[in-house]
Amino acid sequence: MTTPEAVFLGYKRTDGSVGVRNHVLVIPTVICAAVVAERIAASIAPVGSALPHLAGCGQIGPDLNVTHDTLAAYARHPNVGAVLVVALGCEQVVAQHLADTARRSGRPAEIVSIQGEGGTVRATARGIEIARELAAAIDRTERTTLPASSLVLSVKCGGSDYTSGLASNPVVGRVADRLVDLGGAVVLGEIAEIMGAEHLLAARAATPAAGAQLLRVVNRVEAEAMALGLDIRGTQPSPGNIRGGLTTIEEKSLGATHKAGERTRLEDVVAYSAPVTRRGLTVMDTPGLDVESVTGMVGGGAQIVIFTTGLGTPTGNPIAPVIKVTANARTAQTMADNIDVDVSGVLTEAESFEGASSRLFAEMLDVSSGRATAAERLGHREFAIHRRNPTI
Amino acid sequence: MTMAIVISADDNVATALEAIEAGRTVRAGATVVTSADHIPRGHKIALRAIPAGGRVIKYGSPIGTASSDIAAGAHVHTHNVASARGRGDLAGTASARAQSGAAAAATPRIAEPAE
Repeated sequence: MTTPEAVFLGYKRTDGSVGVRNHVLVIPTVICAAVVAERIAASIAPVGSALPHLAGCGQIGPDLNVTHDTLAAYARHPNVGAVLVVALGCEQVVAQHLADTARRSGRPAEIVSIQGEGGTVRATARGIEIARELAAAIDRTERTTLPASSLVLSVKCGGSDYTSGLASNPVVGRVADRLVDLGGAVVLGEIAEIMGAEHLLAARAATPAAGAQLLRVVNRVEAEAMALGLDIRGTQPSPGNIRGGLTTIEEKSLGATHKAGERTRLEDVVAYSAPVTRRGLTVMDTPGLDVESVTGMVGGGAQIVIFTTGLGTPTGNPIAPVIKVTANARTAQTMADNIDVDVSGVLTEAESFEGASSRLFAEMLDVSSGRATAAERLGHREFAIHRRNPTI
Repeated sequence: MTMAIVISADDNVATALEAIEAGRTVRAGATVVTSADHIPRGHKIALRAIPAGGRVIKYGSPIGTASSDIAAGAHVHTHNVASARGRGDLAGTASARAQSGAAAAATPRIAEPAE
């Protein structure tokens, strides 16, 4: 270990939460406002970050709620210092609700309306002006020394191959175990990729209710897939997973769940983007698509993501650093610009699992203290809200 | 001798860290087996014969069912292993499934405790 104590330099918010980044978040209420929001955020890069998304209108019921709740979760996220909401003016998602959510959590927040300002040019100009003021206002926020126990770590895998289950996911699992030992929290998503391994997680449930809820969501996702009358092999595992040696979803899941730790107890199962409130392991009900899954877990309050890959993948997030880990030595070379940590040595026994996980734990703290990840350097800010129903 | 990784003592397959030609002697944990097929890098080799319908075990848990007899040393992949999960294709036609959408939810893989 390079750090004598498990601490990092983060942002202590007035609502008690702890951030690892300090973004001015520019939130379009609806797809129609996405381009204006992106231009405003770009004017104050890299502190500015936008949340371009495809929804905000044509939605009813639970589907609209998920969109609203996810945008609100980002508006009060610990990695966000200030919020600018960009509205069109006639959409369903309520700009005032998002701004009020941010203000209640102690963040300055403003609204620009494209219809109210009178078009793209005026709204963009006004937005840039406000965004610069917000960036100046939060620039004075200083990092202070904080314990690792204040972290909510999202664990994720994507573009998996045989190295993921054998090496990179077990390395991440040891980081998860250690963080939970220190009093931190870990969140695992992708219910379809628990299918076939749910017996192992349910056996580690802290309460009968948590175990029962896990089985309920896994069974619901399997029933939804089966209702289509098709074999899910082809998406689970994906064509790339199959080329990489993964034969069935059971095999993929058994390898994937290693990243949630070997001894963490399952404390809670929460809905998409819902707050992670327990220390220990929480499972979030997200789909398997990487960007939707990361979007939901960050919405739940994860400040940082550790993402393993075998084949390589560039995915980032608009407000949370995503650390890419691979145990595939070829991918570490061929996709070097996307990879932060190479743990391929554990497969050749050049490095122990303990050594690799200590190195990754130290990297997690360094990134939490402000060091940019590969995804951040490359401008990867992928964001996609899970949809529960078709657009009306 | 070529090496393959075996994770749990219960496993009947191992993972090739490098491609293995047919006819090679392969050591996987305590087991030594002769490869019957070309095994691509990252793919699995059978450590012992698995009869059609038998469970394929990796990580100490079932990863699927043999869809044909698998000889010791054979390449184990989608051509001879079927998943037991998410098999809507085996659960009747799409229209029949749509009419009884609750049926799948009523037959969970692991029974849920009563509310």
